[in-house]
Amino acid sequence: MPVSDFQVVLGLEVHAQLLTRSKIFCACSTAFGAAPNTQVCPVCLGLPGALPALNAEVVELAVRAGLALGCEIRAKSVFARKNYFYPDLPKGYQISQYELPICVGGGVEIPVDGATRTIRLTRIHMEEDAGKNVHDVTAAGSGVDLNRAGVPLLEIVSEPDLRSTDEAIAYLKTLRAILMALGVNDGNLQEGSFRCDANVSVMPKGAVELGTRCELKNMNSFRFLRQAIDYEVRRQVELIEAGGKVVQETRLFDPDRGETRSMRSKEEAHDYRYFPEPDLPPVRVDDALVQRVRRALPELPRARSARYQRELGLSPYDAELLVADKAISEFFDATLAAYGSTPEAAKRAANWLNGDLARLANELAQEPAAWRITPAQLAEILRLQDAQTIGGPGAKQVIEEVFRTGAAPAEVVRAKGLAQVSDEGAIEAAVDRVIAASATEVERYRGGNKKLLGFFVGQVMKEMRGKGNPAVVNALLKRKLGE
Amino acid sequence: MSAPAPELNTLSLAEAGELLAARGASSRELVAAALARIGATDGRIGAFLRTTPERARAAAEAADERAAKGARLSPLDGVPIALKDIFLTKGVETTCASRILEGFVPPYDATVVERLERAGAVVVGKLNMDEFAMGSSNENSAFGPCHNPYDLARTPGGSSGGSAAAVAARQVHGTLGTDTGGSIRLPAAFCGVVGLKPTYGRVSRYGVIAFASSLDQVGPLGRTVRDTALLLQAIAGHDPRDLTSSTRPVDDYLAGLEGGARGLRIGVPREWLSGGLAPGVERAVREALATYERLGATLVDVSLPHSRYGIAAYYLIAPAEASSNLARYDGVRFGLRAGEGGGLKEMYAETRERGFGAEPKRRIMLGTYALSAGYYDAYYLRAQKVRTLVRRDFDEAFRACDVVAGPVAPSVAFRLGEKTADPLQMYLADVFTITANLAALPGLSVPCGLERESGMPVGLQLVGRPFDEATLVRAARALEREAGPLPAPEV
Repeated sequence: MPVSDFQVVLGLEVHAQLLTRSKIFCACSTAFGAAPNTQVCPVCLGLPGALPALNAEVVELAVRAGLALGCEIRAKSVFARKNYFYPDLPKGYQISQYELPICVGGGVEIPVDGATRTIRLTRIHMEEDAGKNVHDVTAAGSGVDLNRAGVPLLEIVSEPDLRSTDEAIAYLKTLRAILMALGVNDGNLQEGSFRCDANVSVMPKGAVELGTRCELKNMNSFRFLRQAIDYEVRRQVELIEAGGKVVQETRLFDPDRGETRSMRSKEEAHDYRYFPEPDLPPVRVDDALVQRVRRALPELPRARSARYQRELGLSPYDAELLVADKAISEFFDATLAAYGSTPEAAKRAANWLNGDLARLANELAQEPAAWRITPAQLAEILRLQDAQTIGGPGAKQVIEEVFRTGAAPAEVVRAKGLAQVSDEGAIEAAVDRVIAASATEVERYRGGNKKLLGFFVGQVMKEMRGKGNPAVVNALLKRKLGE
Repeated sequence: MSAPAPELNTLSLAEAGELLAARGASSRELVAAALARIGATDGRIGAFLRTTPERARAAAEAADERAAKGARLSPLDGVPIALKDIFLTKGVETTCASRILEGFVPPYDATVVERLERAGAVVVGKLNMDEFAMGSSNENSAFGPCHNPYDLARTPGGSSGGSAAAVAARQVHGTLGTDTGGSIRLPAAFCGVVGLKPTYGRVSRYGVIAFASSLDQVGPLGRTVRDTALLLQAIAGHDPRDLTSSTRPVDDYLAGLEGGARGLRIGVPREWLSGGLAPGVERAVREALATYERLGATLVDVSLPHSRYGIAAYYLIAPAEASSNLARYDGVRFGLRAGEGGGLKEMYAETRERGFGAEPKRRIMLGTYALSAGYYDAYYLRAQKVRTLVRRDFDEAFRACDVVAGPVAPSVAFRLGEKTADPLQMYLADVFTITANLAALPGLSVPCGLERESGMPVGLQLVGRPFDEATLVRAARALEREAGPLPAPEV
């Protein structure tokens, strides 16, 4: 049977770092990128005698995520110890949740072929991150950086409801956008603050019983996730085709080779010896907290997208792109607030954000938070166009310059001499020069080939170094060529 | 010939505090007397793992300056005390009597150490104990056993053996220990001193090296009930760094101390006096109960039917938690590191092989097994259910009585080496104390005489309602006042 005769079944486990300033069980900073072992204390170092003290903000963010994803919020949940030895795990156990997680159920609605499908969630629980083993840093050998140890995570586990790599990607993008909109997670895959493991299995189409699954780890971009799942699906299908059997195991994705390879088998799997964490009382979430968090929930991407379409007339395509990143949609909202909120303005702002600005951000690898251009500046650029101070090509240049330098748009227009020329005399001179130099084309145009107007406009614009007011140029050309 | 003035070291903690307040002696003199006494006796007793004379003298000087200005911090200000080596002391080596922590100098103080020092108490050293508080005889110390001041051939009990022996031998005026299954009360009984294990959650565990987190509790040992009450007063109370510590307000343990036993209903669990006790112990305990009746208390027959499952449940829960708590001793960040030449697994194995003694290894294995996939429900979970039943027995008993009274241990202090070959026999020393830990209740050991045959001290155990340490010390004080002090050991 070819791959197309098999049904892919995927379940994802997402680890999302919570946007708290301090760690889950101590007051150490969670900031990324500090010198190794500078954000540590007896608690996150796992020194003898140290005890965890739960950061209340972690619980609140977990509740926020749970409510937004339609989960049941447990009034009582329990931390548990997950026991295993590894140098980056200071206590020899990770404090996580096991039998009684804080959230159960819920789901994520994802777009599939123009419709939506709900991917069910099994659970969401809170846990601490481990540190990081660092190799080849000292002559003595490997080292351990414990700055990340104790950083709070949410683990969000889906049911095996996903049926293709596209669905998996759509699920992750949707979930990421929701968590970012909630202010729960920064969505950064490269720095590892949004990570994902994938459970992958295949079964013959129409089968009821799921195939044996493998767990894939180490995919830190959407591209790698796609590569890893696609590779793994092929591997499993080929194995079955050849008469073999998939064995349950954990497999590591190798981004250099685009392959997955066995990390440990089921037999080698850890027995984590979970038991309730005796150092922490059960976590209580009362109605008052749930109500308070619910009232403060921000507008979620789906609702925002619907609003953009309904109130501003944006296309589903534009709206979805804007809401995929909370910072972008906020930029959009702020631009309209500064400029005026009309469907026409919305379309133009969306075009800039989803077009040139997205391209520039991508080229310069800049998160929206680091952008130099402000919503007020984008609004000003729209107004400069309205006033016909600049045309489309000029606006494009202004956008790029403001994006790179943060300079005031009007100043960029002045410094680069981008102001549009609307003066009829100056345009007429250029038009005359072009007509004089293009005898053949003039002949053909007058002979009925009206499509050549575009050619003449282009020539005039070139003559005027892009600054001619297109409306005036058009009018003058038509008049003169019609003579 | 007139009687010589009492040596400073023989004063109780309360007396030493009063003398300091009256400027009859200086803290420096008390510290010097304590260090001299330790120097003269500890070669035979082995209560101390190390003393900290320079720090103690500096602290004493500060205390004397406060006293001179009439600004003493508390009744403990300037009084020499010592700590079981399970409490982290900033800048002072803390080993938990284990090779694996040899040379470990903590960067922070345990909350109770902070509180004692804030009250002005002067720490003169760190005390011997069973390794990681696992043991009932102090023979599991990696640095040699401790001896009972009443008979050097006998054990002081464990695991807080050094804490009890140091008080009994008049080396210091009070000590702190920890009690996971009887580790304060048993040595207190064996050494003829008062030992108090507070309600779970009454005292912070922050900075106390964990053995079994859901059972461990810090408590004082002293020559008198008043001394333990003074020490408890200084250390009790909520600590935001220990979320299992209670936010309940702390009672005044001294206010009702002399209130007597009249009207007190004392529950006597029939299971605790129904055989299996050494005759001398049973006699002393029954005499103490008779004394209470004479003092106006009522004896009530109560039953703790599930207490006989206590040992079994305890030896699943405590090792399970210990197996996890001791995982951090891996050679990566502090303490011993061995087997560096090999890979990671060799380093782990060699470090733990060489660092841990036999008893921690035994309990790590027991606990790891009890928590393993497929065994968890049958062992750990079932043990937790027993724990609930044990607590219910007490709740039921406390409907009819105010405190429960009985023996601390089946026998007086046994001989060193007597039970080391048989861990199960050793575990049975805790048969009467373990239930208070399982039920999270306060328990106290107060001397109730000497066993006639051996001349060794016998302790009476009192167990109270949750957070009712005040009634415990009042009841213990009534007996102590009636019985008078035990003769001091001749060391």
